[in-house]
Amino acid sequence: MRGSFATVSLGMKSLLLHKLRSSLTTLGILIGVASVVAMLAIGEGASEAAQEQIKQLGSTNILIQSVKPPQDETSSQMSAYTARAYGLTYNDATKIAGTLSEHIDLIVSVRQTDKQVRTRTEWQQSVLLGTSPAYLDVMGMEIATGRWLNETDLLDTNNICVLGAAVKERLFPLQDPLGRPIRASGDRFVVTGVLEKLGRRSGSVGRSVDDCIFIPISTSRARFGETNIKRGGGTFEMESVQLHEIKVKIKEESEVRRAAGVIDGMLKRAHKDGDYAMVVPLELLRQAKESRERFTLLLFFIASISLIVGGIGIMNVMLATVTERTREIGIRRALGARKKHIVSQFLVETVLLSGSGGLLGLATGIVASFLATSVWGADVAWRPSHWVLAFTISAVVGILAGLYPAWRAANMDPVEALRHE
Amino acid sequence: MTDHIAHLQGVERYYHMGDTTVRALDGINLDIARGEYLAIMGRSGSGKSTMLNVLGLLDRPTGGEYSLGGRQISQLNDTELSLMRGREIGFIFQSFNLIPQLTLLENLEVPLFYQNRIGAESKAKAEQLALRVGLEGRLHHRPNELSGGQQQRVAIARALMNDPLYLLADEATGNLDSSTEAEILELLDELHAEGMTIIMVTHNPAMGNRAERVVNLVDGKVDSITENQN
Repeated sequence: MRGSFATVSLGMKSLLLHKLRSSLTTLGILIGVASVVAMLAIGEGASEAAQEQIKQLGSTNILIQSVKPPQDETSSQMSAYTARAYGLTYNDATKIAGTLSEHIDLIVSVRQTDKQVRTRTEWQQSVLLGTSPAYLDVMGMEIATGRWLNETDLLDTNNICVLGAAVKERLFPLQDPLGRPIRASGDRFVVTGVLEKLGRRSGSVGRSVDDCIFIPISTSRARFGETNIKRGGGTFEMESVQLHEIKVKIKEESEVRRAAGVIDGMLKRAHKDGDYAMVVPLELLRQAKESRERFTLLLFFIASISLIVGGIGIMNVMLATVTERTREIGIRRALGARKKHIVSQFLVETVLLSGSGGLLGLATGIVASFLATSVWGADVAWRPSHWVLAFTISAVVGILAGLYPAWRAANMDPVEALRHE
Repeated sequence: MTDHIAHLQGVERYYHMGDTTVRALDGINLDIARGEYLAIMGRSGSGKSTMLNVLGLLDRPTGGEYSLGGRQISQLNDTELSLMRGREIGFIFQSFNLIPQLTLLENLEVPLFYQNRIGAESKAKAEQLALRVGLEGRLHHRPNELSGGQQQRVAIARALMNDPLYLLADEATGNLDSSTEAEILELLDELHAEGMTIIMVTHNPAMGNRAERVVNLVDGKVDSITENQN
């Protein structure tokens, strides 16, 4: 025991004899390990944030959206006064609900209209989403105050609305909005509830649900009709869309892919021009995971390269050390050192170099990634397994880099070594 | 009957350099007795150094037989040779050859370190030998803080750490001034008087005169063996 301690302390002494050289060699490994740790932490953090966003779309959800088909000859020749019809229909929603009834937990349709919304003092360009009560569950949203839409609202085409958190802040910055009216192109809606803030989670409509106003789908259809008019620089365009989105929540996660296939097949027949798009969060999640794995692999190779460079540095220094200490090797051999003693003496030094470089690099990498979060607000995920990986690679590189110099030292002819000046 | 610790019979050490063969040792016959003080002398190129390397188990003869402490050297592999070197031989070099980054105590412990005999025992032994060579109280100094004579005393103490079969001194006073040389030779005389076998390799006749027996090498062969009557 004291023997191995003596070997380590001897190694320390030899390294401290050349402080600058040892620190520079250590620095090579330090930089390698630190960059690996920091890159993995930031990479992992980014992909985790992306996955979190996808997860919030709901892993059992299938989202189908209306997409405007590309302009073709016939459509551009059409009269500007003819509304262009495309997208999902009520019929699609009914067919999906009917075909997959035993697998579907919830299905909601969404209609979307852009309106200028006013209170007595404030106004805002906002999105009115016409939908049904199940929307809340499908999206995993919560009511902050008041109540959400109910079936009666739909049957009676009530002029009520529920505000997203950001809309509430804009339109009613200081007041309690409950029971107060808002106006949207001549129609009056009474606020019955406000949603919890969802933060940066994006909604299905390409903007945050915090910025939306929710009304019963029947009301949306009755008040605004199906034709939207978009005015822009001297032209105006009319389009007719029944449903902007259908959200389907499947009971079992394992059925999601199959259900998505069925729905896609069904819609393909009805929509030959491909005026819809389907998003399957579970599929996105799988792709995100795959790309994360590729990313990690890439980082692993980059890591290996920087560590190999560090290892070359170690080997270089150790070869110089061995040459410098040829005489010492001769003395030790004369005093009874076996080859294995010489090997371990020099290996201990390389392991000390790479090990300390690895530990310092680990600390530096963690600090660097911590700075990345606190200064740039980057998403960072720390994984002890990454630390173990980075440190292990540095140790292995150190040993590999040390083996050849140590072997050379051990195989010197003692007579030649003693004669060395 | 004399107790022989080393026995050389027709020992050869040939080097091949291209097409020529250098016969550094060419048929050496020699017996070394326990407690003997032997000098090996010769001009440079006479085979002195090769003789030292072979006797010190740093080199193996290419022919002939060499047995040390009853073991045939030519049959040993590198590990066995190292072990035997560590146990049976005490080297004293011209340039002292202490390890600069180690303290005197650590330098003294090196031979026992390679025999896994390091610990309280090795420390006690180092202290005892430091006392013997007159360097007590300096054990935590480093070699560069000592004079040449003091360094050589440490080296002698180190050579004694493993209770060797013989001390093998290679121009042990070559780097010292004459008064220090006298001190070191005095110390070797004392050790010899205490029963230590000493083999001294030198080209200096004054030192050779201290030995009981002088082996003169010429061209790798034993030219003459002189017995000194001291």
